[in-house]
Amino acid sequence: MTIFSQRDVDLAEPLTTSTGVPSHLDRSVRARGKRSGGRRIGSHVFLVILAIYFVIPIWWLFVAATKNTAGLFSSPAFWFDGNFAFFENVVGLFTHQGGIYWRWLGNSFLYAFAGGIGATILAVLAGYGFAKYSFRGRSAVFTVILGSVMVPLTALVIPTFMLLSQYGIINTPWAVILPSLLSPFGVYLMRVYTQDAVPDEILEASRIDGAGEIRTFFTVALPLLRPAIVTVLLLSVVGTWNNFFLPLAVLTDPNLLPVTVGLNRWTALSNAGAGGEQVWNLITSGSFISVLPLILSFLFLQRYWQGGLSLGSIK
Amino acid sequence: MTTQLTTAAPPAPAAALPPRRTGGSTLVRRRQRWGWLFVVPFLVVFALFLIFPLCYAFGMSLFTSTLATGTQFTGFANYGKAFTDPLFMKGLLRVLAFAAVMIPAQLIVATAAALVLDSLATWLSKLSRLLIFAPYAIPVVIGALMWSFLYSPRFGPSASIFGIVGLPTPDYLASDTVFGSLVNVVTWQWAGYYMVVIYAALRSIDPAIYEAARIDGANGWQTATRIKVPMISSSMVMVITFALIGTLQFFTEPVVLRNIAQGAIDAAYTPNMYAFSLAFSYSQFNYASAIAFSLGVLVFAGSYVFLFLTRKQSGLK
Repeated sequence: MTIFSQRDVDLAEPLTTSTGVPSHLDRSVRARGKRSGGRRIGSHVFLVILAIYFVIPIWWLFVAATKNTAGLFSSPAFWFDGNFAFFENVVGLFTHQGGIYWRWLGNSFLYAFAGGIGATILAVLAGYGFAKYSFRGRSAVFTVILGSVMVPLTALVIPTFMLLSQYGIINTPWAVILPSLLSPFGVYLMRVYTQDAVPDEILEASRIDGAGEIRTFFTVALPLLRPAIVTVLLLSVVGTWNNFFLPLAVLTDPNLLPVTVGLNRWTALSNAGAGGEQVWNLITSGSFISVLPLILSFLFLQRYWQGGLSLGSIK
Repeated sequence: MTTQLTTAAPPAPAAALPPRRTGGSTLVRRRQRWGWLFVVPFLVVFALFLIFPLCYAFGMSLFTSTLATGTQFTGFANYGKAFTDPLFMKGLLRVLAFAAVMIPAQLIVATAAALVLDSLATWLSKLSRLLIFAPYAIPVVIGALMWSFLYSPRFGPSASIFGIVGLPTPDYLASDTVFGSLVNVVTWQWAGYYMVVIYAALRSIDPAIYEAARIDGANGWQTATRIKVPMISSSMVMVITFALIGTLQFFTEPVVLRNIAQGAIDAAYTPNMYAFSLAFSYSQFNYASAIAFSLGVLVFAGSYVFLFLTRKQSGLK
């Protein structure tokens, strides 16, 4: 029933090891490594070069966030200016257009969490329903959902805009949150994971002990699903946080924009040239502040995403 | 919770159950109804925000609205117009060209990094893995904004770097170079994510296989290309499918880079940008629907064909 089922891999394993490197592998790698020291140095050089390529724009953003507009133009791109202007920039973010930047950041949080948590709840329920109950039409409905993973979500933006404007919820937070609840891939992940992680026998035992279906779900199944829930939550929060096309189409009120669309708007205005509209220092510092929450949550949730992001592929 | 779910349940499936199949057992029938209850909240969203918009877009695309005649049913005329529209066709060919360059670029970087990481277990390799993945945590808009600063002749480091060597500064945003600049932005943003997926698949291979290969005399390169890569082909297929779907609906990066490269990136640079500008700059919602629906069908068909051709590698049945 699962699409990628070439090998049977224990899904729980990559999720529970914190480093992602099982200790027995560690040893064999080290033993092999001693014999080929030269290749190890070459490999490390390769990795360091790659890491520099991937990190240097982020380093640039960090450095740029500490400069004022004059410093952005005059100082070296990858090193600090003599004048540390980060806090001036933060003050600027509070005063420019009445501190609208912080509203945008708040909107992004609202949309990402409302959409992400909602999508996760729906995916967990549906995944559990598909995995643990057999009902008429189950495989047909699931096939349609699986196929819809291949439908490009941006193709839905324009019709969604037209539909929402007919019901008068265009230009409200709902116009972003409601379409974000859709996560067919989340349902697929939850179904695959539930099939493996929740044995039928436990559910049966719980039912025989007299627990209803809802109680069985909350007390028996849900704790076993935690690693997959965190993964789906992370994926859908990141997806909504990143979304650009949908809010660009359905929101025109500047007070409702998420931070991504807002910063893009400032960039467009700054490029258009009018002197008072040029807020390059606010764009760089605003961008820097806006990427911090996600970078930090990825750092703290490492043990979940390292195994979890590949859930769909190894099964 | 209970009452909410009960009222949301559709009466149809329960009523449609043939008593013959379930053997008339109330237990089985109740179990069936619970299955539907768990699935229905998602199905409501699925119907409202996927099925319905798709049907609506298709319906809209069959009409044409002009000031002179009002809205008229014109059948497939909009589709005939779309597939002979040079702006749409050029955009379509352009995203196909992006797919042909961008997907191999991302896949090669991701696979090479994952293979090297898989053979090492040092603190430096763990740190590199984290750093290579880091761009995934940055919203696409912000990533594109950062690169547009770095490409910009006013802020970017190129002028000073090339100045030292005495070479002229390359223009990353001219019409013949912006393609490569966009490939770079996308590869930077996604290769790390694909690397994590491929790396996890490599980690799930039984190390005993490597031991056997070593005893048979395979060197590191042979182990990587003949054993590791074939064993992770299902992950590769998934990565390519996602990259393909993403690339064909290319939108955010060119829109952001357009802020500083108006000359090189026009409003119809990709099919999605074209549909967006038709709808929101020219209010041609019917024609925009036809473009969006065509793109949706093409992406779906393209990824379906790809998954069909690679069904052996992916184990897809």
